Amino acid sequence: MISLISRGDVNVPEHAQCSPGAGARTMATDGAGPLPGLVEEFVTGQQDDRVGVAAAGVNAGQFTILQLVEALGPSLTSTQSQNRARGVQLLSQVLNECSSNLSEKEVEVLVAFYENRLKDDYLVTPHVLQGVKALTKSPAWSSGLAVSVLKSLFQDVHVQSLMLLERSCIYTILINLMESKEKELKGLGADFVFGFIQAMDGERDPRNLLLAFQIACNILQRGYELGSFTEELFEVTSCYFPIDFSPPPNDPHGITQQELILALRAVLTGTTRFAEFLLPLIIEKLDSDIQSAKLDSLQTLAACASVYGYRELKEFLPGLWSSLRREVFQTASEKIESAGLSALSAITSCLSRSVLSSDSDDALHVFLDLVIQDCRHHLCEPDLKLVWPSAKLLQAASSASHRAGHIVAAAIIPQLIEQYNNQTQASTSPSCAQRRTLLDVLQGFVQAANGGFPTDAAEDSVLCGFCEPLCEVIFSALSETSTGLQITASRILSALGRQPGLLTACHLEIAVDHLTRLILEEEDSQVCSAVLECAGSMACSHIDVFSSRMIPRLKSEIFSEPMVPEDGQEAARTQSQQAVRQRCIMALAAVSCQHSLVQETSSILLQVLASSHTGTSSFLPDDIIAACLSLQRIAEQVQDMEETGRFFHDVIIPRLLGLAVQAGLQCEGEYGSTPTKSPLMEEAVLLAIVPVMSTACARLQSQMAALTASRVVSFFLDGDTAFLPGNSLPSQPQLLQVSLVTSIMHTHTAVPGLRVEIPQVDRLLSELEELSCTSTHPFTYTSAAKCFAGLINKRSEGEALDLVLLKVMKRINVELSCTSSLLRRQAFTLLLWVTKALLVRYHPLASTLTDKMFSLLADTELSPLAADGFSLLMSHSTDVLNRACHADVRIMYRQRFFTENSSKLVEGFNLAEKDMKSGYLKALSHIVNNLPRQVQLTELPALLPLLLEALSCPDQAVQLSTLSCLHPVLLDPPPPPALTLQLDELIFRLLGLTTSPAMKVRIATLRCLHALSHFPDHMVLPFRARVLRALATPLDDHKRLVRREAVMARGEWFLLGSPGQ
Amino acid sequence: MSGTTRLENANPLIFERSGERVVTAEEEDESLADPIDDREIFDILTAASINDPEHPLSLEELNVVEQVRVRVDDSESTVSVEFTPTIPHCSMATLIGLSIKVKLLRSLPHRFKIDVHITPGSHASEDAVNKQLADKERVAAALENTQLLEVVNQCLSSRTAGLA
Repeated sequence: MISLISRGDVNVPEHAQCSPGAGARTMATDGAGPLPGLVEEFVTGQQDDRVGVAAAGVNAGQFTILQLVEALGPSLTSTQSQNRARGVQLLSQVLNECSSNLSEKEVEVLVAFYENRLKDDYLVTPHVLQGVKALTKSPAWSSGLAVSVLKSLFQDVHVQSLMLLERSCIYTILINLMESKEKELKGLGADFVFGFIQAMDGERDPRNLLLAFQIACNILQRGYELGSFTEELFEVTSCYFPIDFSPPPNDPHGITQQELILALRAVLTGTTRFAEFLLPLIIEKLDSDIQSAKLDSLQTLAACASVYGYRELKEFLPGLWSSLRREVFQTASEKIESAGLSALSAITSCLSRSVLSSDSDDALHVFLDLVIQDCRHHLCEPDLKLVWPSAKLLQAASSASHRAGHIVAAAIIPQLIEQYNNQTQASTSPSCAQRRTLLDVLQGFVQAANGGFPTDAAEDSVLCGFCEPLCEVIFSALSETSTGLQITASRILSALGRQPGLLTACHLEIAVDHLTRLILEEEDSQVCSAVLECAGSMACSHIDVFSSRMIPRLKSEIFSEPMVPEDGQEAARTQSQQAVRQRCIMALAAVSCQHSLVQETSSILLQVLASSHTGTSSFLPDDIIAACLSLQRIAEQVQDMEETGRFFHDVIIPRLLGLAVQAGLQCEGEYGSTPTKSPLMEEAVLLAIVPVMSTACARLQSQMAALTASRVVSFFLDGDTAFLPGNSLPSQPQLLQVSLVTSIMHTHTAVPGLRVEIPQVDRLLSELEELSCTSTHPFTYTSAAKCFAGLINKRSEGEALDLVLLKVMKRINVELSCTSSLLRRQAFTLLLWVTKALLVRYHPLASTLTDKMFSLLADTELSPLAADGFSLLMSHSTDVLNRACHADVRIMYRQRFFTENSSKLVEGFNLAEKDMKSGYLKALSHIVNNLPRQVQLTELPALLPLLLEALSCPDQAVQLSTLSCLHPVLLDPPPPPALTLQLDELIFRLLGLTTSPAMKVRIATLRCLHALSHFPDHMVLPFRARVLRALATPLDDHKRLVRREAVMARGEWFLLGSPGQ
Repeated sequence: MSGTTRLENANPLIFERSGERVVTAEEEDESLADPIDDREIFDILTAASINDPEHPLSLEELNVVEQVRVRVDDSESTVSVEFTPTIPHCSMATLIGLSIKVKLLRSLPHRFKIDVHITPGSHASEDAVNKQLADKERVAAALENTQLLEVVNQCLSSRTAGLA
């Protein structure tokens, strides 16, 4: 044994051959019977599976590594290098399996052996390296061993003449040793780095490069001594920069260019000592014509600037700046522009961090002066050519730090204001667009100044000194007629308003007056939404001004009676008054961001509802809907829900409910006698009231939600009206309209509380079931079914739920099976909603119900309804059974539904009678349409024949929905192989649809044809002539929207296969 | 942009683009017919497509094509487009005119008679260019020329495809 590993026996001397052989023979006699045979089989018999047996033997303790080595003796000492290689291979592979339970002594001996074997034949080396790699995983390395291994490795192995796998072995050995033996390796000093540099010099394989970059990164980050090799290490890694790598097709290793880029970037930016080499390299690479090289250089620059200090950057600042400026000024690519801007920002923030020294200039000032000097003149040139790139550069610099913000703002903002004012006075025709541009630029600065570094005190704000002139500019722009100016001005205003204390009281008052005036007068919807946004953001920090100046004006406008139109001419005027009223109502919601404002605004909104109910003022249903929407928005946007939630709970919900019930009763009482119906009874209005309550409830704390729920339930079941304001109502809960209102209420109040117990839930469910099965009013039975579904969805599993389900299914089946029944529609609606409720929570009964739905596709009366029902099953419903109302919705239920049912659907389609087929196609297209794109793509091959079938189905809805699910598939390169086979068929059918009578179908068809033009030339070129001829017809379509699509599609098909495409 | 050839007009004046055409209720109504109007032709020429060969900007942004200089009569099936080269000596004028003409030929029903010419007084060799553009055979011959067709097609590549 000893002689085997004694140093110097490279050529396997004669005497060594004998002694281990003898040892092995003795071992074989005592116990380890199979071992020599096993070795024999592996080495000469070439049976690779013996490794597993040997490894299992070692792991199970049948024999030790020592015994294995002894058994290997003859092969390790063979004169045939193949045999030696085979022997080492067996040992290495066994070690790979059981390196963890080696003792320190064993490791030492084995390592010494391997070290020695490194000098052996090239056939042996790969296995030796594998062995060393296996050993580096063992924790039992005695001290000094690592150093000796590395020395041998660096000395005896020429890494780059090895094969890919062996090189990878070397890197892994280094990585493993760096993990476990850091101290010892550092003891090697710069030799380690030198060895590594030699090892990786010339590496080409991306997999190995990732390892090598990791080692280099470790060297830099863990503080290994670089000695005189700093530049060499930089050279050996930076020669790959910028990385240009395109993975081969079907790459099994999955290495991307991005991975390599990031790994290399970590190395290059890993130390400040590389600065003097890296920065010139970056400047050089920025001159490259290759976009990706530029991008990588800019991103690397941004990364290293965040590590470097002024000292590193100092020398290169002018060079870097001129490169950056050039990139941003001249590039056509947004990516490069934004990378350039972030690099500038990183440099600026690096300079801002640098400590000022007394004897030199402020580095930041010097650099920013350079930037400002190069950019500012572009801002004042009359034609404003390079104004945007300059502004972006300046803003990027100013957003880097507070100090930079101050410096840039001080230089630029006054100049912009002056320029704007000059233009205003000139007031020639093109100046409006130019002023708009100036104002846009100004807005960018104000937002950058405010957004980046919010300060506590207004005096610290960058904008502090410019408030007065800024306000003047804003107010003058707000009074212009140009919408662009108004929009931008209101954005600047809202940016200023966000910083508390910046605007003086006087300015605020003027600003609020301007905003109010715009709300009342401005018709343009864009201006209007900009103004509302501005008002909303300002209201948060300036409550008093808004409540004293804006809200009263809005209120009086809302309640001012529009003049009664006397003739046709007046109609237009009242229409505009109508619009003003609705804007005011919207504005109330916009400014309600704080509790005291909510109190004021919501009481006005409730007043609108109340007075429209009593008929004291003439509000149209649209006004009431707007008021409800505003209440809903308030419920959605309010920040502190605790206080406001209580307000909603105590005041708003009861009043809304009270009003609805009163309206319902009144309507019921006077039914048939008087035509004066309260506007609150319109379905649209009711539908608008509902989300107010549900949104508010969904945001309530569970305690209050529970209280609301129990109140409403007892109201519905027992007619308990005690909590409603002015409770002089007669208790007659059975009235149709009352139940209608309350049933919707239920859906929503019940739905929110996942943890909220609903009292008397069983009674409630049976009432709802009854209502949904017997009511003849579509709105009522649908709402009841929804409500039922919402409750079912949340019931916990168990006997109670099963009983309810059993009962309801029995009832549905009875109703549906009786073809003469008048209540089949009701039963179907209930079935649909219950199916959805169970489907989204993965309830086992869902599949039974789904099958029922499928069977209805063959029902002559209900087939169209059932087909459309699938759209409801698969889509997101906005009012119930969604996560916002805390429903139990599992992820990927659509995919699951699809995989479970697609085959049934196809089967059903094949079996169905001819005129029933369209229902199946419609159902299919609904289902496929709602699937995520990725699933659509994988499922397409199986479904394509059916989808093509669907294209020729006469039902326009089917055509449209099929086209809309084909379109994204066609847009997604590369085209799925299933499609390529049927392209002929597809194009033929599409061309047929270009003359469909339905405009939407024509448009969708043309979009699909447009998408097809981006398919690879060889696939679509054969169809070019035919498609061009067919597309000439829709060019003369009578609808403009169709012509537009046709023009685009035909243009693209013309370019196909012609030069200059 | 790092090219060595000098641009004739390296820094053109850029004009604001008019917004997207707003879709009206009449346009969504199946039963009504929308006649082809000036704005539609203008959009065909600007919104989706033709780029100036020298600048990555649309003809609208360079004010080469303006809506007021586009006239169409749907019932008579005639279209007339006047375009204004960026500078009076623009050597690309013929090419721009050709591109406009080709775009219209590809985008309009066959029944239309298409007339493309330079805005009077905006170019040094106005008559020559107009004559070339009006000559059917010369246009057809030009499109037989692969190199010329390549440049025209490049101008016509839609902006999205161009950037991708």
